Amino acid sequence: MSIRQQTDAFDQAPSTAGCRVPYRVFTDRQYYDREQENIFKGNCWSFVGLEAEVPQAGDFKSTFVGETPVILTRDSDGSLHVVVNRCAHRGALVCREMRGNRASLECVYHQWAYDLKGNLIGVPFRRGLKGQGGMPGDFDMSQHNLRQLRTETVGGLVFASFSETVESCRDFLGPIVVEQIERIMCKPITVLGDQRQRIRGNWKLYAENTRDPYHASLLHLFHNTFGLYRSTQTGEALMDANKRHSLLYSIAASNDDAADKQAYGDSRTFDTEFKLQDMSLLKGRQEFADNVTLVILAVYPNLVLQQIQNTLAVRQTVTYGPDEFELVWTHFGYQDDDAEMQAIRLKQANLIGPAGLISMEDGEAVEIVQDAIVGEASATSYIAMGGGRAEDADHLVTEGAIIGFWDNYREMVGFDLEPA
Amino acid sequence: MMGLPTLEQMQLQHAAAQVNALHAELIDDDRLEEWPDLFEENCRYSVISAENHNRSLNLAAVFCDSRGMLVDRIVSLRRANIFPAHSYRHILGPTRVKSTSGQIVTAQTNYVVLMTRNDGQTSIYNSGKYVDEIDVSGAAPRFLSKTAIFDTHLIDTMMVRPI
Repeated sequence: MSIRQQTDAFDQAPSTAGCRVPYRVFTDRQYYDREQENIFKGNCWSFVGLEAEVPQAGDFKSTFVGETPVILTRDSDGSLHVVVNRCAHRGALVCREMRGNRASLECVYHQWAYDLKGNLIGVPFRRGLKGQGGMPGDFDMSQHNLRQLRTETVGGLVFASFSETVESCRDFLGPIVVEQIERIMCKPITVLGDQRQRIRGNWKLYAENTRDPYHASLLHLFHNTFGLYRSTQTGEALMDANKRHSLLYSIAASNDDAADKQAYGDSRTFDTEFKLQDMSLLKGRQEFADNVTLVILAVYPNLVLQQIQNTLAVRQTVTYGPDEFELVWTHFGYQDDDAEMQAIRLKQANLIGPAGLISMEDGEAVEIVQDAIVGEASATSYIAMGGGRAEDADHLVTEGAIIGFWDNYREMVGFDLEPA
Repeated sequence: MMGLPTLEQMQLQHAAAQVNALHAELIDDDRLEEWPDLFEENCRYSVISAENHNRSLNLAAVFCDSRGMLVDRIVSLRRANIFPAHSYRHILGPTRVKSTSGQIVTAQTNYVVLMTRNDGQTSIYNSGKYVDEIDVSGAAPRFLSKTAIFDTHLIDTMMVRPI
């Protein structure tokens, strides 16, 4: 039976189950503003970087939580800190570099200085000059620190939260996510480099995309034709207890090529005529004992941790507005990789990122939705593959984890905001 | 004061500039099937951000170490990949020969790639410099290696065409 026939059969027997998401949540500024408050500054932990990006005392990295600029620092005692990158004086960016190493953070505007924890340690002319000027007598330095976020690490991934009440990061992630992070972050890593792409769409369309095993073999020819991922493979789509996060994994070569040809029929992405001249691109090593070859761990709200073949990377979402976001890919390997393994990772990087033979297509998938829903006030999507509920699946023909995302979103932001 | 270039220096500079101009022309005119022919069989083609390159990190956006991989990139673009319709226009700066070693010329050229999408708007998509090793021993100069080191580390949606 071909895909087309399956689709038709489904159309003829509509189900009352399923999730409908109003398209306005992707376009209306009200939702975006509410997300910044309730998600990114709310009871969530956001990914801000890898410990390996700030290995030495004094190392810092500028990044974002949602749209808010923050700085990740490593203090002289080795502890990690995340502070809002905004001077407590008049609001200037304290840190204007992407990364570097400093003993303290100093605002260039009036040279207010902060230690690497974000505590104010210096205010020029605080007591005035020649008896004139100066700060008021009751000025208390300790009341003017950089805004300090709660900071926790899990397996070398650094998370930060604005919330004083949210549970610990480990509890927020839940056992399935922690286990998967620790599976990939099983030994010391080395950063291979970053890739950044700007996508002209709403960040939640990418949250859907990375919780969607249904699309992966239908959009991405490389996945399907070369058997890197097919919905026919052994795999699962699992969620944490709160259904915020999503784990998709699959095992290459667990499928049957002949049966797959039947299942995919004349699908564009199952193309037995498509051949590579240089197959070294797809040569890799089985490096995990569980034989899993693809992991897409989508962590609410702003992280994907991935293993695709031998490519390992984190993808961080930075929001620019309702219709634009940045995706920051940080690729890594292990410190004990031999030269051949390093070469494999650098070559397989051709598969992912903005120029990735697989991943480039997700940018377009996001943008063609954003382009089509412009100005739409009432229409909704319809998400029901796999049964239409936020349920785990022991297969890869499901959209259950997308519904899990929306159930959480509805709780934190709501679908029915009144006009301001 | 620098002396005038020798005839041989002028010839090498001309050859390096010409092969870069042809490289841009084949891409911009969508004659992508001819583009791999500008490279040696055992070539390296890399498109890497200055953000990574300047930190001595080797992660590239595109990394090919054979002419076959270049062909595969083009066949993928034609037959496999899904991306927004667009075209490029390369604007090249002067090519400077940095050194020569036997029949291999090392040259550097600034570039800007403008992108035009279906909506008709043209934007600055990617700017950077090429650092090339060009083999001038054959009938036509060919790239032994071409490295595009780009300043524009925020890539607009995707990168599917060669830079």
